[in-house]
Amino acid sequence: MVDVDLTPLNSAIDSYVPLGRSGLLPALHAAQKIYGWVSEPVAAEIARSLRVPLADVHGVIEFYSLFYNEPTSTHVIRVCTDVACALKNADGILDHLCAHHGLQPSQTQPDLSLTIEPSPCPGLCEHAPVALVDDQAETNINLEKGSYELGRPPSPVYGSIRLLTSNCGNGTTSFEKYGDYVALKKALGMKPEDVINEIKASGLVGRGGAAFPTGVKWEGAAKAEADAGAKYVICNADESEPGTFKDRVLLIDDPHRTLEGMCIAAYAIGATKGYIYIRGEYPYIVPVLENALKEATDAGYLGNDFDIEIRVGAGAYICGEETALFESIEGKRGFPRVKPPFPTTHGVFGKPTVINNVETLCSVPLILSMGSTEYRKIGTEKSPGPKLFCVSGDVTKTGVYEVPFGVTLRELLDMAGGVANGRQLQSVLFGGAAGAFATSAHLDVKMTFEDLRAAGLPLGSGVVMVFDETRDMRQVLKSLGHFFAHESCGKCYPCQMGSQRQKEILDRLAEGKSLPGDFDRLQDVGWTMTDASLCGLGQTAASAVLSAMKLWPEMFQGSKV
Amino acid sequence: MEIKLTINNQEVVADEGKTLLDVARENNMDIPTICFHEATTANGLCRMCVVEVEGMRVLQPACIVKAAANMKVQTRSEKVVRSRKTILEMLASTMDLSDAPEILTMMDEYGASAERFPDAERRESEVKDDNPMYVRDYSKCLLCWRCVQVCAEDAQYTYAINFEGRGYETQIGTFFDKAIPETTCVLCGQCVGVCPTGALKPKRQFLLEGGMSPQEISVLNTGRKRRKEK
Repeated sequence: MVDVDLTPLNSAIDSYVPLGRSGLLPALHAAQKIYGWVSEPVAAEIARSLRVPLADVHGVIEFYSLFYNEPTSTHVIRVCTDVACALKNADGILDHLCAHHGLQPSQTQPDLSLTIEPSPCPGLCEHAPVALVDDQAETNINLEKGSYELGRPPSPVYGSIRLLTSNCGNGTTSFEKYGDYVALKKALGMKPEDVINEIKASGLVGRGGAAFPTGVKWEGAAKAEADAGAKYVICNADESEPGTFKDRVLLIDDPHRTLEGMCIAAYAIGATKGYIYIRGEYPYIVPVLENALKEATDAGYLGNDFDIEIRVGAGAYICGEETALFESIEGKRGFPRVKPPFPTTHGVFGKPTVINNVETLCSVPLILSMGSTEYRKIGTEKSPGPKLFCVSGDVTKTGVYEVPFGVTLRELLDMAGGVANGRQLQSVLFGGAAGAFATSAHLDVKMTFEDLRAAGLPLGSGVVMVFDETRDMRQVLKSLGHFFAHESCGKCYPCQMGSQRQKEILDRLAEGKSLPGDFDRLQDVGWTMTDASLCGLGQTAASAVLSAMKLWPEMFQGSKV
Repeated sequence: MEIKLTINNQEVVADEGKTLLDVARENNMDIPTICFHEATTANGLCRMCVVEVEGMRVLQPACIVKAAANMKVQTRSEKVVRSRKTILEMLASTMDLSDAPEILTMMDEYGASAERFPDAERRESEVKDDNPMYVRDYSKCLLCWRCVQVCAEDAQYTYAINFEGRGYETQIGTFFDKAIPETTCVLCGQCVGVCPTGALKPKRQFLLEGGMSPQEISVLNTGRKRRKEK
């Protein structure tokens, strides 16, 4: 048993004690800030203070990648090894750093001075290759030149319009600069149901990937029966889809737009409490949000009828799934729940909840300010409004692109300066790891929900990751396979075992060691995950792989019987 | 209230509120299950009971989904059979099914091959024999969650066990892997009773299977408190 001084822990977790089990993730984060990891006596003390069973505390630590129950340094370097960074020698960077410090990946110096580990996509793809150094972003790492940038990551924003991103690209927009919450004031002059009707009339659908009509969601929660005040508004800022980084830019550069969107949602449905659940890989955004909350409270927008609490995730892609996110706020392992019941009636703590993506919430003040009629003049009839695309990979200008729905893929790539280094386009990954591949045959497809659906491509969270002609797509598939095997929560059998089997088959493919029958195995595993998994993660864990098998069957030669 | 729905093109009458699994079984239609148990909360984990419901994008777990008026259900469509067969084949490539005769029977029925996934990493662990009452062999565990559930709110409220790891690496475990006597376990045996695969086994059964005679076991003094010891 390790001998630990628990005094600093007790004062650090004191404020979480009244939260009970819901305070578990915040308490574990606080413990790791002090000790670097959660040893047995520390875990036992947290369990005792928050009144959570010991085995459950252990189960939670074991679930989240960023919690450690083995000796780990307070100083951690996390090197992204996911798709966009893998294109830019991420593995070489990890090896180089490890060799330099005499460590193996996921190892800690005996004196606890440093830990180095590979990391899933930390949402900095436009600056690939990247790493997280403690709470800072290390971007554009160049081994040959020995150069990198450390600190707040820049926010390159391009495109043909600047509505959602009007305050992005120049550092954090202070409350003073953002100005009064004009859209909220307008909403407060309306009846809550009229606010909901305005959102419905705008045609806004969720920007996190599922594209559910926002107004319908709000209406469901508004009509749900609940004790006074026992309704919640949650901002889903667990942006973890590899290739997605738009919410990072919106939150760090223009935090008040999200807060205003949440305030309007709270008024519309009658919520008194809100949460921003931000992924643990965005630690540098947390102080920005804390400051914005303080500014909004000082200005009187928060703290009276509605309050917002920040919750920080701990390394689990699955927590972007709304019900897994609720479990995480409640201090549990991030297992997705069976739906129905839906969040609008049974959300966090079993209460009616509206949960919206950052970009969705940022669209709300825009709609209220300009009115749904004007808003609908942007984009297409079936996909109204502006949309942010995260353009990364082999293009000249990577970054967030704001465009009206309806521009073509060709137009978007032209804005981004085309394929980098004068090379030819091989393919585009749409919608992220859970997305699908497109080729040059899709260049004239319009970027709308309806056109992409017809082309068999998901819009998802707006990922447009480009691969040039020189890329070996089998390596890309291998990387996706590793991602899902790492991120499957393990709850339902198809995904728990299927993501592992998929990884093994894709590893063989990438090494040129496919076995006869692998093609059919990959199809059966893929379709079983797609058809039979419990949640959206499992249902899309084979989506990109199956699309690759359809587009490039010849790539899988040798795996057929 | 009674409702009418169609299962496998046959009209059936059911009480509102019953699950598709209940209704199918009342009508002698077979839907296989692994994680489902009458005494524990259904979580829809194993997905063996999935069925195709007209109008639904993905397959639905019959152990949870309620029968509804005019629902059209197929319990053995092509999609359903592919999923069940693949799940069984993945299980066989993952764990030791030697003590799970019901699952082996299902594999025969679905034509599932135990060798479908060559070179697959298996979930293996050492037998944990750390208390007088039961033995834990997690190489045989298929993560039905029943033991964790009966140890918690489904029965005993003891909270001695929970999960370790995540995804494929998930396993059932105690606080910092402590031996059972050092946990809150009260040796109630409910977890052993609901285990479908022999991953949890009474110590005596384990010893008998290992070739010991009842007489040899009795002198081991396992399972009995030494009353005189102070």
